[in-house]
Amino acid sequence: MKSTKDIAALLDEPACEHNKKEKSGCAKPKPGASAGGCAFDGAQIALLPIADVAHIVHGPIACAGSSWDNRGTRSSGADLYRIGMTTDLTEQDIVMGRSEKRLFHAIKQAIDSYHPPAVFVYNTCVPALIGDDINAVCKSAQERWGVPVVPIDCAGFYGTKNLGNRIAGDAMVNHVIGTRDPDPLPLTVQRAEIKIHDVNLIGEYNIAGEFWHVLPLLDELGLRVLCTLSGDARFREVQTMHKAEVNMMVCSKAMVNVARKLQQHYGTPWFEGSYYGITDTSQALRDFAKVLNDADLTERTEALILREETRIRKELEPWKVRLKGKRVLLFTGGVKSWSVISALQDLGMVVVATGTKKSTEEDKARIRELMGEDTVMIDDGSPRALLKIVHDYKADILIAGGRNMYTALKAKVPFLDINQEREFGYEGYQGMLELVRQLALTIESPVWEAVRAPAPWKIKSPHPPFAKGGDAMEEVNNG
Amino acid sequence: MADILKRNKALSVNPLKASQPIGGSLATLGFNRAMPMLHGSQGCTAFAKVFFVRHFREPIPLQSTAMDQGSSVMGADENVVEGILTIAEKSRPALITILTTGLAETQGADVHRNVREFREANPEFADVAVVAVNTPDFTGSVETGFALTLTEIIRALVPDAKEAGTYPGKRKRQVNVLVNYMLTPGDLEALRDIFEQFRLRPVFVPDISDSLDGCLTDDDFSPVTIGGTLISEMATLGDALATVVIGPSLTKAAELLEQRTGVPSYALDHLYGLKANDALMSALAEISGHDVPERIERQRSQLQDAMLDTHFMLGQLRIAIAADADLLNAFVDQVQEMGAEVVAAVTSCNVPLLARIPVASIKIGDLEDMELIGKARKAQLVIGNSHAVDTAERLGTPILRAGFPLYDIIGGYRLTWIGYRGSRQTLFDLANLVINYSHEEIPVYRSVYGQKPASEITDYPLSCH
Repeated sequence: MKSTKDIAALLDEPACEHNKKEKSGCAKPKPGASAGGCAFDGAQIALLPIADVAHIVHGPIACAGSSWDNRGTRSSGADLYRIGMTTDLTEQDIVMGRSEKRLFHAIKQAIDSYHPPAVFVYNTCVPALIGDDINAVCKSAQERWGVPVVPIDCAGFYGTKNLGNRIAGDAMVNHVIGTRDPDPLPLTVQRAEIKIHDVNLIGEYNIAGEFWHVLPLLDELGLRVLCTLSGDARFREVQTMHKAEVNMMVCSKAMVNVARKLQQHYGTPWFEGSYYGITDTSQALRDFAKVLNDADLTERTEALILREETRIRKELEPWKVRLKGKRVLLFTGGVKSWSVISALQDLGMVVVATGTKKSTEEDKARIRELMGEDTVMIDDGSPRALLKIVHDYKADILIAGGRNMYTALKAKVPFLDINQEREFGYEGYQGMLELVRQLALTIESPVWEAVRAPAPWKIKSPHPPFAKGGDAMEEVNNG
Repeated sequence: MADILKRNKALSVNPLKASQPIGGSLATLGFNRAMPMLHGSQGCTAFAKVFFVRHFREPIPLQSTAMDQGSSVMGADENVVEGILTIAEKSRPALITILTTGLAETQGADVHRNVREFREANPEFADVAVVAVNTPDFTGSVETGFALTLTEIIRALVPDAKEAGTYPGKRKRQVNVLVNYMLTPGDLEALRDIFEQFRLRPVFVPDISDSLDGCLTDDDFSPVTIGGTLISEMATLGDALATVVIGPSLTKAAELLEQRTGVPSYALDHLYGLKANDALMSALAEISGHDVPERIERQRSQLQDAMLDTHFMLGQLRIAIAADADLLNAFVDQVQEMGAEVVAAVTSCNVPLLARIPVASIKIGDLEDMELIGKARKAQLVIGNSHAVDTAERLGTPILRAGFPLYDIIGGYRLTWIGYRGSRQTLFDLANLVINYSHEEIPVYRSVYGQKPASEITDYPLSCH
């Protein structure tokens, strides 16, 4: 179990804007009115996309049982991450103190059955509370079987999902990163005329494979991605992250501690960016060139941006006509608030309000910059509050995480899922096409009218739908 | 208004169409103690029988006039009369239908005269109804054959109101329901339940839910149908409150029934989707004078909820449909209600309904046509019968099996498509096909610089079926 001191250290994140303010996104959840996940949830979400690792959840069935195989992240090959593994602790284990032993054997079983390059062990509330020493178990398991076994001490009660992300990042920095040097660049992929730069992406989850819209562009520019933490990543990639020339913080500040610590330990510079929307995608590519300070790369980057933007703007034209002026209520956590806003504005849509519950102060500043000072920021994410804003601001669509989907649908409000469980990829230039398709699909769907209209027999009409006799056939045939 | 593209090739490849005698047989099989007899060579009957046996997985009563070389050339009148007599003597059914085939029609058979001759020569069989129908193979389809046969059965068995002394509403709860070929036994059971919730007594004409529902009986064998619309019931149709007609193909049959009995008709195209069932419930509320029952209103809300849940998968989905006109129309309505796009609509033959099906064009053709159009227009899902499974495979899309015949699944005959509940199931089935097979994923990309383990070079393609 982590000490209060450890947790306080994790909460104190100098690179996070929240540190400067008393009330922050890492605030204590309010009993009876909380909707977010726990630290375990956050840690598992952050690392599960590492595809070839055996992810063992150490705890009773609730933790893994209700969460395994529940992500839209995709792998280009290895699929061990899709296999749910848990010690499924029983009352006997807990009362008799057998849980450490069970974990030890569980690690062996995972190694014997699946031969993973590494095992990650996620600690949860019950073993943390009864005092299982997972660090010690992992250490002796690693010594015994010669496979790296990484403890992720992330019991739910330590704090929020956000904290869990940081715990996960911390575990990578402490146990994995720096344990192997990158493969030498194969001769076949070297190009005489350009210099290949090594980079990392932190907080890129490859939801629905969306990073595959971006990766070809990075390849083209000669940016070797040593590792994406953690979408479509492999253990051997994570090991080499210390050798990057620059890190990009992609999705959220949640794993900002990784970027900060890599800077601290290895002097790697980092910048923050997003691949949602045309503007942000181009900006991210420019920022790589800028930080790498390579004039040739800058030139090639600008050429690529010009080519891709011209292409995609042309392809988006017919869709923009359909979506222009449509009003959006955006309710999503953290950095996605501002990154998606720019994507929607690229389409000529109006963002009427945005959720900022998980956003940092810096995120909020960016939102104001994009939407103006008087923009509505929503902290209360309760279904009732959301629906009220949808109605008050006449939103045409609610864009939010999957959890809110049925809130919207029950209220007969069009909805787009933007969080990790979604099935469609929106990143990069190409992802914009999928985004517009999904937006149009739901906004233009005929089902809204069908579900909002009352049943025909509920309408008091002077002309009943069926007149007796021959006319009746006419009526029905036409109707 | 659909643009109707006629057949423009010599060869029909992977046919969609089944012939008129099949439809005529199916209509006959929905009457109690009935026996269809195809006037043609033995093969006509044998193939039709296999067609039904594979679909319903039941023994199917079906006879043949067994035309041979001699009778084909010299005239087969005797075959018809002898055939009727044999069936009458052996099984004494309540109804025999004589359905002509291509062979008999080409020969110039006059089956109506044959029936009159049988009647005159065999007065002892006056209680056996015998109905002759012209259902040549070379025109129409299952749909038209079914409708023609039903029309002729009504003509033969429903008496004129004045002569019989029937009048509309004499039976205060009875509603006649003319149902087309696309309602399965499962559909009819569900429909009966809906009528009964309005405290109405439906008389289905015909009623395959009582004869082809896969029911194990005490008798180990019956040469004729066991169950179906009672022939005696046909005389009471004139006393009903109303007639509900399902399927545009039954327009003529409905007109005849209304003309004979004066019972008002309520015509519905089909019972797929929200709007269609709203029309049904409105009609039943009006006919019965009762409010729509709460249970049905709840099912309506459930369908609406399913529409919301599934519109993400079905919205803008490009669907190819191959079906006879009534069924095609029903599916077009239901999937368009969900915002899906019908990119290929293929049907078996030209009927008046086609002109008002709301798609850009309808191809009269075969499953190859669906395949080609579906390919050109990038169909993502196919709706069709079991023959279309291979088509879908080649198109790389999932298939929703529907229509006739369904021989590669068990229980296809009892799937329930109609009502709010059946419609909801269809939406779930479609959405599941999309989720599991048709979702267009972003293709895997592997960086040339990637540090993935060497063992990961192979690809694992996912199968669609």
